[in-house]
Amino acid sequence: MNEDQILEQLTEIFHQVFDDDSIELTLGTTAADIPEWDSMNHISLIVLVQSHFKIKFQTSELEDLKNVGDFVTLIVRKLG
Amino acid sequence: MMNDLSAALELAWLPYFPGWDERLVKIATAADSEAWHELVALANARIDYATTLRLDRTLRRRFSSVPGALTTRPLRLAILGSSTVEHLFPGIRTAALRRGLWVEIQTVEYGQYQQALLASSSSLHAFRPDVVLFIFDAPHLLGGGAVNLEAVCGRVRELWQQARAAFGCQVIQQTLLPTALALLGSNEHRLTTSALHLTKRFNEWLRTQSDVDGVDLLALDDRAAVDGLLSWHDPVMWLRAKQEVTPLAAPFYGELLARMLAAQQGRSFKCLVLDLDNTLWGGVIGDDGIEGIKLGQGSAVGEAHLAVQRYAMELSRRGIILAVCSKNDEEIALSAFEHHPEMLLRRSDIACFIANWEDKATNLRRIASSLNLGLDSLVLLDDSPFERSLVRGALPMVAVPELPEDPALYPRRLADAGYFETVSITDDDLLRSRQYQAGVERETMRTSAADLQSYLAGLQMELFWGNFNRIALQRIVQLINKTNQFNLTTRRYTAAEVQALMSDPLVFTLQLRLVDCYGDNGIISVIIGRLVGDVVELDTWLMSCRVLGRDVEKAALNIVVEQARQLGGKFLRGIYRPTEKNEIVRGHYAALGFHPDQTSTTDEYCWTLPLDGCVQHDICIKIQKIE
Repeated sequence: MNEDQILEQLTEIFHQVFDDDSIELTLGTTAADIPEWDSMNHISLIVLVQSHFKIKFQTSELEDLKNVGDFVTLIVRKLG
Repeated sequence: MMNDLSAALELAWLPYFPGWDERLVKIATAADSEAWHELVALANARIDYATTLRLDRTLRRRFSSVPGALTTRPLRLAILGSSTVEHLFPGIRTAALRRGLWVEIQTVEYGQYQQALLASSSSLHAFRPDVVLFIFDAPHLLGGGAVNLEAVCGRVRELWQQARAAFGCQVIQQTLLPTALALLGSNEHRLTTSALHLTKRFNEWLRTQSDVDGVDLLALDDRAAVDGLLSWHDPVMWLRAKQEVTPLAAPFYGELLARMLAAQQGRSFKCLVLDLDNTLWGGVIGDDGIEGIKLGQGSAVGEAHLAVQRYAMELSRRGIILAVCSKNDEEIALSAFEHHPEMLLRRSDIACFIANWEDKATNLRRIASSLNLGLDSLVLLDDSPFERSLVRGALPMVAVPELPEDPALYPRRLADAGYFETVSITDDDLLRSRQYQAGVERETMRTSAADLQSYLAGLQMELFWGNFNRIALQRIVQLINKTNQFNLTTRRYTAAEVQALMSDPLVFTLQLRLVDCYGDNGIISVIIGRLVGDVVELDTWLMSCRVLGRDVEKAALNIVVEQARQLGGKFLRGIYRPTEKNEIVRGHYAALGFHPDQTSTTDEYCWTLPLDGCVQHDICIKIQKIE
């Protein structure tokens, strides 16, 4: 799976969590760009990304997940 | 790769709805009443964490205050906890929605519950909750162990009292998840300061004290025992977000809580409606006949269906009403209840019995009206996906659990669905059926009986005997091939060989069934005798060890003597072939008055009993022939 495909699937997950199909993600999207991206929704994102991609982040990796680019990079690495 | 520690908890009894997404989107523009009913319907589909979040969001966007279409009392729920609980709210709200309940939730900063309870100016006091749920994690209450448990319990009790005094509310206490790590292992209880041991003791204390104080428990520890602790608790999420219950478990958590909130309002299901073919027994009785259906001992599938009956029976003993709804000829369906020896449920256990060829929705309406129950009190257990979806379409208020392919998993699925959640048991519940819990009662009596004879007499045993027949064939073959201990010759026969014995004019076959005051023990003994010259040789004599020490052998001998005489024999020859496992019956024939025979070898010991002048044993077992 390449970055574009991951970004596409990640967008779906964002649509689910924020119940907003208009969200468009780029590698540069941060919590500041999505008003409802608070700490609780952040956890929901993590949980759903884990189940969707069938991966499990380590405690240390969770600390570095700040924006969409971080998610994509980490997912690529975990799937690789 | 996926963490191998945890498995997601699924609401597996709920069906997937095709078009769920599209229906959710339409709710935004639907009229209020329609929107509410549609939300309730969508909450009854199989939803996971992601879809739970979406449904909850739609619910909150569409209804910022109590919906006009709500027919139940709106509930204000305060959650006072020692760790993060907000991620549980969507699961709680949607599970309440599933039952047509509206729940408004408020919480306080974690760890601030004590202050919030005491300060009358707090937002908690302004909220005036109807229900207060306390959620504590073990580290918060017990630290690393070595605490004074009594003091901890005292503090928790004080919180209950404070909540009651402030709000006159119902109190729910979640039990502690056993997240502490073992320090000793299996004998953890020997370390009295162990946090894991203290967790268990606290949970035990809750079970007695909650009854005294009228507090209801949310038994997460029991659930963890079923699902595995790590399905509920993810150490990573605990460290990352102080979430003791992992978000993926939130839909199930909400379900457990909402069940109880509904039960507190008396809103739980009251009647279990059972399908017959491939639900209460394996196979189709109309095609396979009463002898062909799979039920009871003898096949794993038969035992699986027997377990379904047993669970239904246990539910009925505690007050759940049973009904039958089956596509069958009534007479044929009833014949199993009346004549199949392995049927646990009897016709008299079924409050309303409907077997015909009409559609099930019509029949469920009949059941509800004849029992004077609402349709929303009925749960239909049916193996057929076709019937399930038909009933769901016609009667959405009837609960129809999805079932796995394997009947062995039906009872667990039904239990997981929690339809019959009940917070208190009344005398009425128990009076609905007054059956004894067999084993326990029997043992109690044994210890209290003054002597063996009066104990045996008190059992009111009846031994039913008959020759082998096709209905019992499976069970007989199973006993012949599985019995190791009380088995004189350990001769194994196939079903075909047993059938050949049944039609052999020189052979008698016996099956014995023992009934006592506690119930039916089923077929407990199998005996085969063969006439050789003027001697009837006891080819096989086996018995279930469950009924040892009850003089059943003596009663059996009385029957054997009669059978041997009818074959025209003058002597009985008993054979004992020692194996590693049947030492228990070495003295069997000697105890029954047989004489050692000259022909004995070390592989085969023989005994003889002359039939002439042989007297009947005096026993307190009533003997009857199976008709």
